[in-house]
Amino acid sequence: MRPGLLSACLILAACGAGQAATPSEPSLEAVLADKPAPLLSAYGFFEDAGGNIPAERVKAYDLINPLFSDDAAKHRFIYVPPGEMAKEAGAGLPDYPVGTALIKTFAFAPDMRSPEDGAYKVETRVIIHKADGWAAFPYVWNEAGTEAKYAPIGARRTIQTISPAGAPLEIHYEVPNKNQCKTCHQSGDAIRPIGPKLRNLDHPGPAGVDQLSDWVAAGILDGVPLGMKASPSAVDASLPLDARARGYLDINCGHCHKPDGSASNSGLWLTLEETSPTRLGLKKHPTAAGRGSGDRRYVIDPGHPEESILAFRMASTEPGIAMPELGRTLPDPVGIDLINKWIAGMEE
Amino acid sequence: MRPIILAVAAAAILAPAACSKKEAPAPETAAPAEEGVVHVSAEGDFAENLQLALIEAEPGQTIVMPEGTFEFTTGLSLDVDDVTLAGAGQGKTILDFAGQTGAGEGLLVTADDVVLTDFGIRDTKGDGIKSKDSDRITYQYLTVEWSGEPDETNGAYGIYPVESTDVLVQNCTVRGASDAGIYVGQSQNIIVRDSVAEYNVAGIEIENSSYADVYGNIARHNAGGILVFDLPDLPVMGGHSTRVYDNDIVENNTVNFAPVGNIVAGVPSGTGLIVMANSDVYVTGNRFKDNRSVHVMLTAYTEPFTDENYNPLLNDITITGNTYEGGLDDPQGMLAPIAAAIGGQLPAIMTDGVTRWDGGEDQTVNLVIAEAPEVGFINIGLGEYPVDPAKMQPSTDRPASTPVPEREPVALPQDQK
Repeated sequence: MRPGLLSACLILAACGAGQAATPSEPSLEAVLADKPAPLLSAYGFFEDAGGNIPAERVKAYDLINPLFSDDAAKHRFIYVPPGEMAKEAGAGLPDYPVGTALIKTFAFAPDMRSPEDGAYKVETRVIIHKADGWAAFPYVWNEAGTEAKYAPIGARRTIQTISPAGAPLEIHYEVPNKNQCKTCHQSGDAIRPIGPKLRNLDHPGPAGVDQLSDWVAAGILDGVPLGMKASPSAVDASLPLDARARGYLDINCGHCHKPDGSASNSGLWLTLEETSPTRLGLKKHPTAAGRGSGDRRYVIDPGHPEESILAFRMASTEPGIAMPELGRTLPDPVGIDLINKWIAGMEE
Repeated sequence: MRPIILAVAAAAILAPAACSKKEAPAPETAAPAEEGVVHVSAEGDFAENLQLALIEAEPGQTIVMPEGTFEFTTGLSLDVDDVTLAGAGQGKTILDFAGQTGAGEGLLVTADDVVLTDFGIRDTKGDGIKSKDSDRITYQYLTVEWSGEPDETNGAYGIYPVESTDVLVQNCTVRGASDAGIYVGQSQNIIVRDSVAEYNVAGIEIENSSYADVYGNIARHNAGGILVFDLPDLPVMGGHSTRVYDNDIVENNTVNFAPVGNIVAGVPSGTGLIVMANSDVYVTGNRFKDNRSVHVMLTAYTEPFTDENYNPLLNDITITGNTYEGGLDDPQGMLAPIAAAIGGQLPAIMTDGVTRWDGGEDQTVNLVIAEAPEVGFINIGLGEYPVDPAKMQPSTDRPASTPVPEREPVALPQDQK
């Protein structure tokens, strides 16, 4: 076990004395209840109240391309109820059965260059496939990291750390509220998970083995579609720039910028499936950008990142300009560099 | 009453988890019960109390905000159908976003059958109030404004319903938007009436929308008073069937302060009404006064585009029975060189005379200019974009046209009550 998690477990052991034993399997009743559980622990996703040790049938997973969230470390888990499994439906989102829960914990470390040392949890987001559709619930951890409470209005935390580049950094971190969860997870009238599309899971996961085969072996997934094409990793320097950039835009922008997403009215659609250059922003005028245009004329001005609105909004942290609108308060230097190079390499 | 107590209790429980400052004291007593009414307490953190009330709202409820000015650091959102959000009055309940550090607008509504009434929103960093896919929404007795001089760092839209059916905006005041004060986009069945739009780049804009009635408004001191536009590369296109009548469109001479890149940055200061790339637009009974460039501008879409489903031309535009007074003495922006080429000044009504694009065939552009003979008109006769001064064929003859009947008024379900 890693040191950060170990210390959290020790704290838990000290505080946990006298509490009722947590169930070894999640409570499907709590998962499917009409109202969210007031405490995260009530779902029984974890063996420990600190949310570190997954319970039976709760499996850690990770993604090829994660959403940038102020460099928070993310720990992801999936729970699929007994006797059920997700049905593959191509490279996109599989048909996760009712009762599926996706659990994502956001943590920070005092020094991001060693993200597990002294890491402390800020929030855990739970998205559950209820009988009438998916619903998303934010939970916020106490300072000791022993209890996470349902926080429908989100929260704000000031985080002091050292950036991955080694500079002191203060983050005014925002836990989204329940409605803001929906803004990003919207798909038409429904809410849908964003990350765990099969194409974005198709790599060696946290267990170090092929993640999709592992899910199939564990009975979480009914099979891997033929001809699966994995999402191109934004940080894999061996891949073509175009593929990497599209992989990055897909996960960081495509959840809203798609035909049935929250930014549908922009006509700017950034998912991996999109093929129209104009829809992808090339020589496309902004629609409702306001000062988000940064006095630039096109979403993407091919060959000119310094004249492209996309690059301007990615680099901003000001509300009304910054994109994504929610979920980050810092710029993502790795993503900005990637997109700038991608645009610079386009034919004018 | 149950929802009130629940909301208050939840706020108190959540306060320590939600922020690091001291726990907000719970109010001594809940407000007196009224069926379906939730009074948001000003005790503790009003912003959190209000957001929680909006999240926990149940259909049919009215969320009531007290009198006062309240500060917000992030945007509000409402996602529950059939909820009314009410303040104590436009100048009495003011939601102040000057310190906003999160979210793209002040208030985002994503539910149907919502009524927003009797409050003010000011100094949001992005848009003021946005509603998306919110059918049968009503905005009324609202003030959305940016304080200080018009500034390009102001938010884009004040009142911003988009992708919705049955939109009612009435008795609102919007001031200082760096794009359009009242902007209705990609929607159908729309009424904007009895409102004031001033000191915005565009006062009122109906864009990529159909069946809109815009009447009884005052559009003054904007760069452009009222715009009826259709733009390419959007999911909803082919804007048509808008009536603009009985509005005061006065002194829209504010310098265009829109950030470059936005379509409205091309609106010449001093323009009363612009109809662009739309069809079946009926303009009547308006009072145009003291707009320094031109009172009415009828134009095709001016930029290159690749969208094969887009028609950049006008068709079936009727201008009749309006009054025109003053102005026209100082044409601005793209109108300045055109005016210079024809003697320095434009008449009350002008059109670009664009009838084709991309070297294609001439299309029918039925412009019905049925005003008194003394009302000035000019057709610049460009033929197509981009502008080529050598090809300009200015003419003051009113075009031959076929009358277009004025269509029935827009009827909205929420306006029948």
